[in-house]
Amino acid sequence: MGPNLLANYGEAVSAILFCIGFTNLLLQTNLIKKIIGLNIMDSAIYLFLAEKGYIAGRAAPIVVDGVTSVEAYINPIPSGLVLTGIVVSVSVTALMLSLTIRLYLRYHTLDLDEISMQLKREGK
Amino acid sequence: MSRKKSNEEYQKTSAFRFFRWLSGEKDPYIGNVEMCPQEEYQPDREAALRHEKEHDAILDKVYDATHNKSLYLFHRLYQATSVLFCLFLIALLLVTVSYLPANGTVIRPVNNEVAERYIEKGLEETGAVNIVAGMILDYRAFDTLGESHVLFVATITVLILLRLNKTEKDEAEVNDRRFEPKNDAILQLVATFLVPIIIIFGIYIILNGHLGPGGGFSGGAVIGAGLVLYLNAFGFKKTERFFTEKTYKWVCFFSLSFYCLAKSYSFYTGANQLHSVIPKGTPGAILSSGLILPLNIAVGLVVACTIYAFYAMFRKGGF
Amino acid sequence: MDFICNFPFFSILISLFSGTICSVLPAKAAKAVNRLVIAAVGLMSAVLLLYLLSTGESFIYWMGHFPAPWGNEIRAGVLEAGMALFFCVIMYLSMAGGAHKLPDEVVESKHSLYYILVNLLLSSLLALVYTNDMFTAYVFVEINTISACGLIMIRQVGRTIEAAVRYMIMSLLGSGLLLFGLCIMYDLTGHLLMSNIKESVALIMANGEYQIPLIVAVALMCIGLCIKSALFPFHAWLPDAYGYSTVSSAAILSSLVSKGYIFLLIKIIYRVIGFDIFNSTRIIDVLFVFGLMGMIFGSLSAIKENDIRRMIAFSSVAQIGYIYMGFGMGTQAGMVASIFHILSHAATKSLLFIAAIGLTDVSGGSRKFIDLTGAAYRNKWAGVAFTAGSLSMVGIPLFSGFISKLLFAQAAVQVEGKMLASLIVLGISTVLNAVYFMKTVIRIYTSEQDAPYKSITFRDRKAYTVVLVCSILLNVILGVSSQPVVDMIGQGLAMFA
Repeated sequence: MGPNLLANYGEAVSAILFCIGFTNLLLQTNLIKKIIGLNIMDSAIYLFLAEKGYIAGRAAPIVVDGVTSVEAYINPIPSGLVLTGIVVSVSVTALMLSLTIRLYLRYHTLDLDEISMQLKREGK
Repeated sequence: MSRKKSNEEYQKTSAFRFFRWLSGEKDPYIGNVEMCPQEEYQPDREAALRHEKEHDAILDKVYDATHNKSLYLFHRLYQATSVLFCLFLIALLLVTVSYLPANGTVIRPVNNEVAERYIEKGLEETGAVNIVAGMILDYRAFDTLGESHVLFVATITVLILLRLNKTEKDEAEVNDRRFEPKNDAILQLVATFLVPIIIIFGIYIILNGHLGPGGGFSGGAVIGAGLVLYLNAFGFKKTERFFTEKTYKWVCFFSLSFYCLAKSYSFYTGANQLHSVIPKGTPGAILSSGLILPLNIAVGLVVACTIYAFYAMFRKGGF
Repeated sequence: MDFICNFPFFSILISLFSGTICSVLPAKAAKAVNRLVIAAVGLMSAVLLLYLLSTGESFIYWMGHFPAPWGNEIRAGVLEAGMALFFCVIMYLSMAGGAHKLPDEVVESKHSLYYILVNLLLSSLLALVYTNDMFTAYVFVEINTISACGLIMIRQVGRTIEAAVRYMIMSLLGSGLLLFGLCIMYDLTGHLLMSNIKESVALIMANGEYQIPLIVAVALMCIGLCIKSALFPFHAWLPDAYGYSTVSSAAILSSLVSKGYIFLLIKIIYRVIGFDIFNSTRIIDVLFVFGLMGMIFGSLSAIKENDIRRMIAFSSVAQIGYIYMGFGMGTQAGMVASIFHILSHAATKSLLFIAAIGLTDVSGGSRKFIDLTGAAYRNKWAGVAFTAGSLSMVGIPLFSGFISKLLFAQAAVQVEGKMLASLIVLGISTVLNAVYFMKTVIRIYTSEQDAPYKSITFRDRKAYTVVLVCSILLNVILGVSSQPVVDMIGQGLAMFA
């Protein structure tokens, strides 16, 4: 173990959340639960980035009263990355949900294994 | 002095209607609110049984589930390994995190020059008071260009999956009326007040993207939420007066084209060391910071339309 | 700066913009725009390649008004331009070769959407090839994933939608890992541009303090990209996705989409981490082992398969195993072999998919082997093309597959610890390849007199036949005059460093 686990508790939480989301996305059979896992995973990454941008005692990177010294503001880059990441996550979630709707309308179930079974039975 | 009203006259006053409503004799909205009468849910026992049987048959056929001890074991094993896998991943990442530089400190192990430059020179070079907006729409604009196209390609895939043809559309129309109550008075009244406020707030966020927290995406999402509320309160008939699939297509087309062309101009002049004619303006004024404001408006339009389109697609398979 | 240096930027922007334009065009016009854009981008890449070969130096192109550590930039060298050219050629052939199936398999009103997806896919592939920035790479990886998913499920049958869901799930796991690795990398180095990250990584490795998180970050990014490019244990989505989608999609997916991710991984290895540092980690051993397993198990699954398109799809799993085996050797020669195999596999796989559709068309649309008996007599050109593709996959001289196997063998001999394993598996895999491809070739050339199916001749499908001939020629050119290509790859890799 390294020296900074306690100081990095925010990152540690985000790492745990990431793994929970990852495992849910990988191993749940219910499609909606998978999508929830996906969102947990993405949010965990944004939490990680937000934690990484934070510098104690500094303000958000919006210039106030023309002060442009480095000491005044936190790191703006992770905030920008989070913004981009959120858009990607919204698009992907919408796509997954519409795939789920299509499959549900056709097979009347949300369980991916059961859908595979029905496909096998159709034998096409 | 009060004059005693005749019975007929009294029945016309609002007080009479109010008391009648209070005592539960009459629902004043009957006749105004259009609702399908809810039928009592009759579970179709035969269909349920048949479905269950079919399901068991599939299970049997594929996995031979009734006499398969090993399948049961496999499921248990699957769950146990899932948990173990998750724990292993957590342990790995926790060790990694524990070696990372401490949270809240200034010093990154190797350097901080990029972030420092953005803070120190960002205002001067991009003209945006909001450093993050300056960063994503000027320093690293290529990412953001890609990001708006991610949204675009996602709508295209949703269109492919959920858009219906003509005959299906009529059926969807009927279904839509069955599941959603129409002309709910409370919702309509609240929406009449809220929708303009929400949309104006969204426009404010977009226009102030370079001056404070906000920007095209967040503002567009707020406007989209306003449109969705309007749709829910007043139904597709009313929204179709100003927002159809055609509107969506052309708004998206013009915004994305503008985005592409404007950014191409800026990339081209930048890379070839040409002088860009776009003025930076006075920092802090609403018309400042070069391309950031128009780009924010373009992104806002795309996002607002996309959010509305997602909702309409999910609900009815069309606009 | 010469005007030609604008070409990478132009090609990305044109293909991105044409996606937007196609959204308001009718299907016919969208098709024309799509063809035109692919051809134009191919032409530009060819000119750029010649220019780069004559100057012998790569160049950096600013995306904006700001120089290196602050702005965003793209970079072009011989390898990048060559890849872009090759991707355009394969994409044009795949689109032209599958065009006649599109009306049957996709609803009329969704044709223009299909061309939007293809244009955006092309732009994202070009961006992955040219970019010099990690986060830009991530964003375009997502565009690539979503449009590939669209290509899979544009033919709406149950199997493709299910395959699209599985594809999305695996891809999202991959991008999650990639993004997390990227964030850790950013935290350690403070940069997002590849060249600057590389300098910082060298400092960190020399310093020694932050080695563990650095290696974990590298591992996360590698595993993410392996998952996305369907390396062996992560290939469950692949057979259905390639086997049931419309034929242009299958050809594009198998020969381009996964190759885009692999090319990004090569860029990360060379331009972000540094080849020597990457080879000193244990990650290459993991890649090596999974590559070998993929080669064997992919071929075994292909042998068991009773459906020609799924068989070709499983063969892709094996071929991706070859590519990762080359990475795992950890030498320059292995890398060159892998890159050559990317080219040869892309050329052969698109040929096989397009030829297979010609064979199934003359067998009543069935893909079962039993119905394909004698199909090569009913559609002669498709039969010839399929045979050529199979010979190339097995590794017969004159075809490109032979050269890549030769290069792999030569590379394996130079690596001490991994020589025996790679040579043995290479041998086994070649035999297995021969078993299932020759089985198919013999089946389609077994004459059957009383088959109730119609034949198709050259006159019925001119464009299709021309595409087949071009693909065969491409294969033979790669196989016969391989030395210039290999030299070019070597030169490109030298420019990477």
